[in-house]
Amino acid sequence: MTEPGQFPLAIEMQDITKRFPGVIANQDVNFSVRPGEIHALLGENGAGKTTLMNILCGLYTAEEGEVFLDGVPVRFHTPHEAIAAGIGMVHQHFMLVEPFTVAENIILGQATGVLREPRQTLHQRLMALADQYGLSLKPEAKIWELSVGEQQRVEILKALYRQAKILILDEPTAVLTPQETEGLITILRRLAAQGTTIIFISHKLKEILAVCDRVTVLRDGKTVGTSDVANCDTHSLAEMMVGREVNLQRPDRTPLPTTPQEPRLHLEGISALGNHQVPALRDIALSVYPGEILGVAGVDGNGQRELEEVIMGLRTPTQGTIHRDGAIAHIPSDRYSMGLISDFTVTENLLMRDIDQPPFNVRGLLHPTKMAAHAAHLVQQFTIRTPSVKTRSGKLSGGNAQKVVVARELSQGHAIILAAQPTRGLDIGAMEFVHGQLMAQRDAGAAILLISTELEEVLRLSDRIAVLYEGRVVGVVRAENADVKQLGLWMAGKSAEGDRQRSAASGAVPSEGAVS
Amino acid sequence: MPWDQVFTLTFLVAILTAGIRLATPVLLAVLGEIITQRSGVMNLGLEGVMLMGGWAGFATTYYLEQSTGLTELSAWIGLGAGIVAGLLMGLLMAVLSITWRTDQVVAGITLVLLGQSLTTYLYRADPALAKARVTGIALRPIPGLSDIPVVGDILFNHSPVVYLSVALVFLCGFLLFRTNWGLQIRAVGENPAAVATSGLNVTRLRYLCTLIGSGMAGLGGAVLTVVQLNLFIEGVTAGRGWIAIAIVFFSRWNPGLALGGALLFGVADALQFRIQALGSEAIPYEFLLMLPYVLTLVVLLFGNARDQTPAALGIPYVKGNR
Repeated sequence: MTEPGQFPLAIEMQDITKRFPGVIANQDVNFSVRPGEIHALLGENGAGKTTLMNILCGLYTAEEGEVFLDGVPVRFHTPHEAIAAGIGMVHQHFMLVEPFTVAENIILGQATGVLREPRQTLHQRLMALADQYGLSLKPEAKIWELSVGEQQRVEILKALYRQAKILILDEPTAVLTPQETEGLITILRRLAAQGTTIIFISHKLKEILAVCDRVTVLRDGKTVGTSDVANCDTHSLAEMMVGREVNLQRPDRTPLPTTPQEPRLHLEGISALGNHQVPALRDIALSVYPGEILGVAGVDGNGQRELEEVIMGLRTPTQGTIHRDGAIAHIPSDRYSMGLISDFTVTENLLMRDIDQPPFNVRGLLHPTKMAAHAAHLVQQFTIRTPSVKTRSGKLSGGNAQKVVVARELSQGHAIILAAQPTRGLDIGAMEFVHGQLMAQRDAGAAILLISTELEEVLRLSDRIAVLYEGRVVGVVRAENADVKQLGLWMAGKSAEGDRQRSAASGAVPSEGAVS
Repeated sequence: MPWDQVFTLTFLVAILTAGIRLATPVLLAVLGEIITQRSGVMNLGLEGVMLMGGWAGFATTYYLEQSTGLTELSAWIGLGAGIVAGLLMGLLMAVLSITWRTDQVVAGITLVLLGQSLTTYLYRADPALAKARVTGIALRPIPGLSDIPVVGDILFNHSPVVYLSVALVFLCGFLLFRTNWGLQIRAVGENPAAVATSGLNVTRLRYLCTLIGSGMAGLGGAVLTVVQLNLFIEGVTAGRGWIAIAIVFFSRWNPGLALGGALLFGVADALQFRIQALGSEAIPYEFLLMLPYVLTLVVLLFGNARDQTPAALGIPYVKGNR
């Protein structure tokens, strides 16, 4: 696979195969990266991107295949060896020690000698390194005090401190606001210009088109192909990724009723504490009307979990009232801890809500054949791929596990639906299915509150969009008036109030979209 | 109850002196367990480890003393044997909890049961051991300082083991907070994945910290039997291993606070001994025996440890988990 007339490839991975019990994560994968380029690795969840990169950085060992760095064969057994060879990885879930300072995290495992380097000289050294790459850095700050974007910069610096010549970023923009994403892209461009080779793992097509030079697509653990980004567009990439046409548009919807309606779910002045007894929700007011989807956008960790718990009665608000008009169906954000009992069968999970109702339960005795028959019906209706209804639900793939939750919650036509991160970790096929189900419920008149950290999902499904920042609703806007840039600013904490004051001061007309 | 005998300066000095002495075995176990838990391994088996250290230390000292007649040297070698016994127990804990990833609560209780049953068996295997006494290690008053009235008696008139233990408090603090290795230990207790991706060996760090911790607990047990009681009986540690674990939690994994917790236990223990010796009939002796444990726990309950708990404490690290 050597390309003629080129410098030796920075990385060349040939015919890589890696198996996990019951799954082939990578099968004969070929992947090569030129020095100094930004190379995207694209694929759906479970396509084998992360596995391939974990092999490259020494966390896993491939069963078959060879890896060359600058034309020299290498085989890493530990991350230490990969680091020594100049490979740095910024993991999707940051590998940082939260109670430690930025400086302590950067030098962890790198410092020599017994005694720790005096704080002052260490901090000066790190500041100089950060300056060299044009990154800002607060060496004395504790990791938990930093925003997600800042934490990511610490991870990048950590790799650069270990003299990484190859930087792998695993889904780096998943947790960033659009503005933070811009910042990251600037940093990556600068690093590439200075000679760092960058591998950018993502399933966000637009970012790949905006940042990368070339792209390699993986599907079901196999290489689909590599192309120059200049020759691609979102549709061709999406097709390569899923192997069929993908619908990226807002689905058609019945118009909202024009007559005034009573809200089905109404929150007023809700405040609540988080797990560390610090305020997590502050004075939240939201109303969800029948036949609409109200999307709650925001960067992860700004009160989404607490909002979900307060509405479901799992967390007691310190202030405010919640009014519910009807039963609530709940698609929880953490499907494995809240949505399913992994050790129970598909049938048991599907019928969990009805287990005390006839015909499944007669005078306290369960009726297994009726339960199984009903479960089989739901499995068919919701296209849940499972060997049988007696399969332990923990054995299902993420998408099918979520379909079990969705089938249970949406099959009864509840008046209110709370869908929290309903497609987190799902591939495009399963995602489209869940979206379709939510849209069908909306059109049938349910009041749906969608809490999602995927801005695209919120934009696609919602009739109105609210943005959550540090536990506050900073703005609410009708979806057709929504502007991504504006939403991004709200997600970063610039409130609608502030906008209005600023525009009033400059004599401009206040933004029409901002409804409070 | 002759209360007038209780509230005298002599009595107070005696209580505090004995308190420091009695705190030593617990303190050693606590310091070791702090290092172990800081690395993310919760060794609940301290009681068993201390028993094994206590038996190994005492038996070694006794047999050596019988054959050589060198009392003090035998005692020092006995303390060494206590450490070795602790290390062996620690190795078992490490294999169970780190390599095999057994539930750490189960692994710890296994160690306790093993220590209790094995020492009982060994104790009964040689009838001579039951009546045996060893000489131990003589007090080493610190010249000059020990002549200071009151304070000199309380602080500077002790066995070298006591001075060593106090020095270890500072050494532990220094290790954890001032050295690169300490940074790695604390990191592996918070986020082992971050340590692994930094190119460090999680398993090796945790093995070392588990071994250090049980080695120190073994030493603590040996100090109790060889230096303080000069004898060994069944269940001689009497729950000191459990108290040590409680002190570790309530001292927030901080060696300085742990010294305070251990002293509290030691002084309460000394008080209980003295009141019993005064022959009080007003208080049943069972109640007095209970006193140091209850008092230590009640005082410690006021410390709130939740937020400082090492985030990965008790959770096995699985490389390449997905």
